Amino acid sequence: MKKVFVYAGVIAAIFCTTQAGAQTSVKPVLKITDDNAGLKLPAKFKATILAENMGKARHIVVTPQGGIYVRLAKPVNGKGTIYLQEANGKAVVKNGFGNYGGTGIYIKDGYLYSSSNEEVFRYKLDAKNEVINPAAPEKIVTGLINRWQHETKSLVLDNEGNIYVNIGAWLNSCQEKDRQKGSMGRKGCPMLDSAGGIWMFKHDKLNQTYADGVRYATGLRNIVGLDWNQQNNQLFVMQHGRDQLHDIFPDLYTVQQSALNPAECMFALKKGDDAGWPYLYYDLAQHKNILAPEYGGDGKTAADSKYLEPAAAYPAHMAPNGLLFYTGNQFPEKYKNGAFIAFHGSWNRSPEPQAGYFVVFQPFKDGKPAGEWEIFADNFSGSPEKTASGRADHRPCGLAQGPDGSLYVTDDSKGFLYKITYTP
Amino acid sequence: MRTKILLAGIQLLLATAGFAQQKKPVTKSPVAGLKASITSGEAVYTQFCISCHLPDGGGVENLNPPLIKTAFINGPKPRLITTVLNGMGQVEINGERYNNVMPSFNYLTDKQVADVLTYVRNSFGNKKPAVTTMDVKITRAKVVK
Repeated sequence: MKKVFVYAGVIAAIFCTTQAGAQTSVKPVLKITDDNAGLKLPAKFKATILAENMGKARHIVVTPQGGIYVRLAKPVNGKGTIYLQEANGKAVVKNGFGNYGGTGIYIKDGYLYSSSNEEVFRYKLDAKNEVINPAAPEKIVTGLINRWQHETKSLVLDNEGNIYVNIGAWLNSCQEKDRQKGSMGRKGCPMLDSAGGIWMFKHDKLNQTYADGVRYATGLRNIVGLDWNQQNNQLFVMQHGRDQLHDIFPDLYTVQQSALNPAECMFALKKGDDAGWPYLYYDLAQHKNILAPEYGGDGKTAADSKYLEPAAAYPAHMAPNGLLFYTGNQFPEKYKNGAFIAFHGSWNRSPEPQAGYFVVFQPFKDGKPAGEWEIFADNFSGSPEKTASGRADHRPCGLAQGPDGSLYVTDDSKGFLYKITYTP
Repeated sequence: MRTKILLAGIQLLLATAGFAQQKKPVTKSPVAGLKASITSGEAVYTQFCISCHLPDGGGVENLNPPLIKTAFINGPKPRLITTVLNGMGQVEINGERYNNVMPSFNYLTDKQVADVLTYVRNSFGNKKPAVTTMDVKITRAKVVK
């Protein structure tokens, strides 16, 4: 009984912190059945497990021919990217290549782009979208900062030959001493010249460094999920918000406030935008950018209005790792051009219950978030108790759309690959 | 300088040993003392450690190390005490990287450090001798300039 209350509390906490209180009626009723691979999905959706134990499966792309490329955070048997093909309801590993771990992967105009935590490579594809020479990629970008905090280099391309690469901030909140109680922010946060933002590079120029790139947008702590919105030709990113408000400033924030703040934010970026990290965070309850305590904030003072506002905000610490604009025709009309977001799941809500470990659907209209988000695929964790404790069985990370409009989801905990389909 | 600190430490040790001997008839049994330390340590853990290492001591994959049967937890007490007092950089444990830094907790009292380490060393499947306030005092004298 107690556990039921804990779970109810988590759900309540999530819903109470979203904008409207009345949206529970529009939430789909999620069902779990034996043939849904342990997931809870809206009616008429079905999930299957295509692969298991792939390793730490991060981002994923699916080709028009149905070939599947999965990036691994850590190479398995010297292979950091694996290529699979579907047969009889399973995905079979055809080959692997690239002895470097990482997260970013994307296909554009006959090339597969892939990132380590310091570099970006590309591989020429043949007519079947298979890599022609796995041993000899072109090195497109090199020398990006990797200090093993927010080190992954997610990437996406636009339609004009530009690559957008996340370079995460290598500190939590740019304190003089990282994560130290009471330590104040570094003046001007010098790292922003080379991290804490999205950098733009050319897709076809070899060995580019910082000097060749453009800091496209700054003040972004760490972006893992990102996608190019084809409808309005714009980059959308999901930020991992800062941790530990209470641990660092216990006099300003209660444990509960710290568990529920700051929001995880979606940003619609334009060149030159500044989303304000480390000087601010977005408070879900107050619906505004708040001055960070490291820079003199008290939990209430609003941040300078020059900084970008989020396009949408989600409950704290849930770690959005995958973002995908759905352009397929298989799912019902309401999903078209909306966003799926894979929330990897929280750790920084303890001793409050953890949250996340699900895939969310965010409706869009005319290239902007419109309407309340809803949980689309739930129970990756295995149970409400496992969600609350943070000991999830599976953690959703990467998202991709198949040629027939199916949705693919990776799990970087046990290396599962899920495929979600809809049958009217 | 080091010799002086060492001597001071030995003197302190002797003094407390003497103190403990004198007090022996009225102090609680060692088991009760351990229990009390674990109980106090749990409160310290909940206040300062739980947000990163989690209630079950399992830590967070890729970010915060687990406290379950690791060489750090079960290893020499001075190293463990130093970690709490000085914090720690990124670390690799049993082949897995943990990327978040641990801040310094040197503002905790000797008793708080002793209690929380005694709690950790006797929780989450660990079973190791207590860390005493004197252990912390001695290590702190060495590590803090």
